[in-house]
Amino acid sequence: MRSLQIPMQPGKIQKAPESFLSPDQARTVMAEAQQGRRGFLRGAFASAASAAAVVAVAAGGAIDAKAQTSKPSQVQAPDAGDPNILNLPEHAKGLGQGVVTQGYGRPSLHEVNIQRRQSPGLTQTTQASVSFAPLQSMFGIVTPSGLHFERHHQGWWDIDPTKHRLMVNGSVPALIKNPKVFTVDEIMRLSAVSRFHFIECGANTAMEWGNVAVPTAQYTHGMLSCSEFTGVPLLTLLEMAGADLKKGKFVLAEGADGSSMTRTIPMSLILSGEVIVAYGQNGEMLRPEQGYPLRLVVPGVQGVSWVKYLRRIELGDKPYGTKDEVIHYIDLMPDGTHRQYSGLQECKSVVTTPSGGQVLLDKGYYSITGLAWSGRGKIKRVDVSVDGGRNWRSARLEGPVMGKCLTRFNADWAWDGTPAIVQSRAMDDTGYVQPTYQQARAVRGLRSIYHNNSIQSWLVQANGEVSNVQVS
Amino acid sequence: MFRSRSVAVALVLLAVAGFTAAQSAAQSAAQSAARYPGIGRSATPAEIAAWDIDVRPDFKGLPAGSGSVAKGQEVWESKCASCHGVFGEANNIYSPLVGGTTADDIKTGRVARLRDAAFPGRTTLMKVSSLSALWDYINRAMPWTQPKSLTVEEVYASTAFLLNLGGILPDDFVLSDKNMADVQARLPNRNGKTTAHALWPGNEFLGSRAPDVKAVACMADCAQPVVASSYPDFALNSHGNLAEQNRLVGPQRGLDTSRASGKASATVAPNTSPASLLVASPVSVRGAAVAVGPPTTVVAASSASAPPAPEIDQQTALNLANRHTCTACHAMDQRTVGPGFAEIARKHAGRVDYLAGKIKSGSAGVWGAIPMPAQALNEVDAKTLAAWLAAGAGK
Repeated sequence: MRSLQIPMQPGKIQKAPESFLSPDQARTVMAEAQQGRRGFLRGAFASAASAAAVVAVAAGGAIDAKAQTSKPSQVQAPDAGDPNILNLPEHAKGLGQGVVTQGYGRPSLHEVNIQRRQSPGLTQTTQASVSFAPLQSMFGIVTPSGLHFERHHQGWWDIDPTKHRLMVNGSVPALIKNPKVFTVDEIMRLSAVSRFHFIECGANTAMEWGNVAVPTAQYTHGMLSCSEFTGVPLLTLLEMAGADLKKGKFVLAEGADGSSMTRTIPMSLILSGEVIVAYGQNGEMLRPEQGYPLRLVVPGVQGVSWVKYLRRIELGDKPYGTKDEVIHYIDLMPDGTHRQYSGLQECKSVVTTPSGGQVLLDKGYYSITGLAWSGRGKIKRVDVSVDGGRNWRSARLEGPVMGKCLTRFNADWAWDGTPAIVQSRAMDDTGYVQPTYQQARAVRGLRSIYHNNSIQSWLVQANGEVSNVQVS
Repeated sequence: MFRSRSVAVALVLLAVAGFTAAQSAAQSAAQSAARYPGIGRSATPAEIAAWDIDVRPDFKGLPAGSGSVAKGQEVWESKCASCHGVFGEANNIYSPLVGGTTADDIKTGRVARLRDAAFPGRTTLMKVSSLSALWDYINRAMPWTQPKSLTVEEVYASTAFLLNLGGILPDDFVLSDKNMADVQARLPNRNGKTTAHALWPGNEFLGSRAPDVKAVACMADCAQPVVASSYPDFALNSHGNLAEQNRLVGPQRGLDTSRASGKASATVAPNTSPASLLVASPVSVRGAAVAVGPPTTVVAASSASAPPAPEIDQQTALNLANRHTCTACHAMDQRTVGPGFAEIARKHAGRVDYLAGKIKSGSAGVWGAIPMPAQALNEVDAKTLAAWLAAGAGK
């Protein structure tokens, strides 16, 4: 083991994380990281060992062994320990930054890699496009609002909430006795509910129906996010407008932006009180990219129905057959028939560690962790396999386990360094079991685009690299 | 749910407004409205007319009016063709609108090519089952950069021209609210739809309640896996460098996919190409078909595999040295206050880290009696200059 021959024992025997950056990026990151060392280095002298360590990190791990041995140390024996311990950093010896340095706090500079991203070539415009949430880097179940996936049909807007209005009317006067206009002020005056729900685009994982197409969990599953939404049940607003909830069987939701998105909303979810007109997201107002100031929350149903910039609700006696119900967001079956009004997101899961495009640092212990969800209810069980689905064991579900919400799971794994194919398989409280690709394709073929909830496989190679595979 | 909700609301009102009567579960709309005094107001007819623009498949909501194919061609060429192509066939920005339908499809109402898995792509006219959706969408959202700018006539006309491009309407046709239903009966895929599935939560469509895909949770000795599809090596960097898309701390790192070869080399032993494993499909695990090297334990510092120090050209290096006032004391060749760059380079060839350390922290006693003070330049520049010196200072 070469690492053991290095006189100065670093914290780990693996390459430093900076080694995985390009030299330019390493310089940028390390310039930030090392700024605090200036005082130390400005001292009368710096030991050759520590100087070597600094440079090695900046250079991407290239420690000059000669330098270490030719000038062992003027302060410490070169094998005394980790310089990160032996040499107190600036933050232990100096004064930190003051309050309100940032009026709205931002993530650590070291988290700069955690971004929502576009999948190259997927769309030709940025306004009718999607960005994917970095699932591989998230913890728990809540998506930070700034990392929430985006799907815009005609660009996003930051709308003045004092001028935004919500109208509730009927397709005929009999269905809504008193068509109403609400201001955002008025909606926010009403008694609010706050609920955690996932939102998933119906086309999440669409690129993988036929074969492996994208490299990481961000791109395979990143049209998925989960937030605490705050708002008012749509049912309340319908009742206030004098809705005939027996004759009115379908509800249209319409946005205020250029696309004026329209979708037919399932009445069963409105009557149950689940559908809410939301203004809050994770304790603050909705982000503009998520429909500020009002968006419809339709738990368990694909994201296109969660109409953003919500301006109008219409109660009708017939479905609306909108563009995104009869041209897009329709599932092509093998017999050439399109399924319409196919909004429900069935039970699904994905392992996020380890996942595609990652490298495990060493053999030994890992927690296989990931997310599970179901548009029909709560997650009841998640099983994981490390042998490509040959054998399974049940993972731990981390609470809280909530309906139509992401659920985090964990399973212990001692990786022995041999190739492994890691999978997860979720089951919801209706008894529905997440299918394999073969099972889903046998019914839905390869061309449905939407509603791919098949089991995801990640191949962990002997060298620690993880890649996206599909097994048969 | 309804009951508990009403009770909850009633309790709120009890606390806030002092109402005492418990509300019944089956509350009338009028009572409901009375529970929230001061919230909302009646919409005026003009307001409803301004916003209620949706057109349903039964054409409820369709404004009276008409537009000809000929007029539609004018509208199309000025407002639609730049994105959708003169013939609606363009696919450079959006999916093509026209193509893939036949005269026979118009008779049957089923687009035959949708049954052909080999047929590439699906145009709008292959998919659309409701004419209302075309009219409604063009009316509310087109042109893309100026939505809701078309007149009623222009919407009818451009819809007619689109259908004309698809061979559904003749050149002399005038589409109007009076004949929309007749044209609906000619849509090539009007019958190619179903709601018989379990993906609508509710029974309004009388769809299936049972999911179509039925899996069981086998736990042991299930199917032997074979890798049928894997992410291709040549595409490793197609989404950018994955190392930059993962956190810098934690159980794993992102794969460095930026190398020119496309190989992710960061942790790969010399003889274990990731490609070899990916290409070797079918692959099974745990003692089956896979033959790969032993686990690669990667060391912190390996002079053999370490990436080369960044290289800069001579002029950039001298500019940098100038900017940090190195040149106040160091010349290229001859000694001035301190040793020449070339001299330093010869003495300390290859010792990047040593040099960077000296630049940063200063030095005394190596080249003479005059000490070099510690320099306040940043780490990146120190490292860059050290690398330039260690590589021979351009010599």
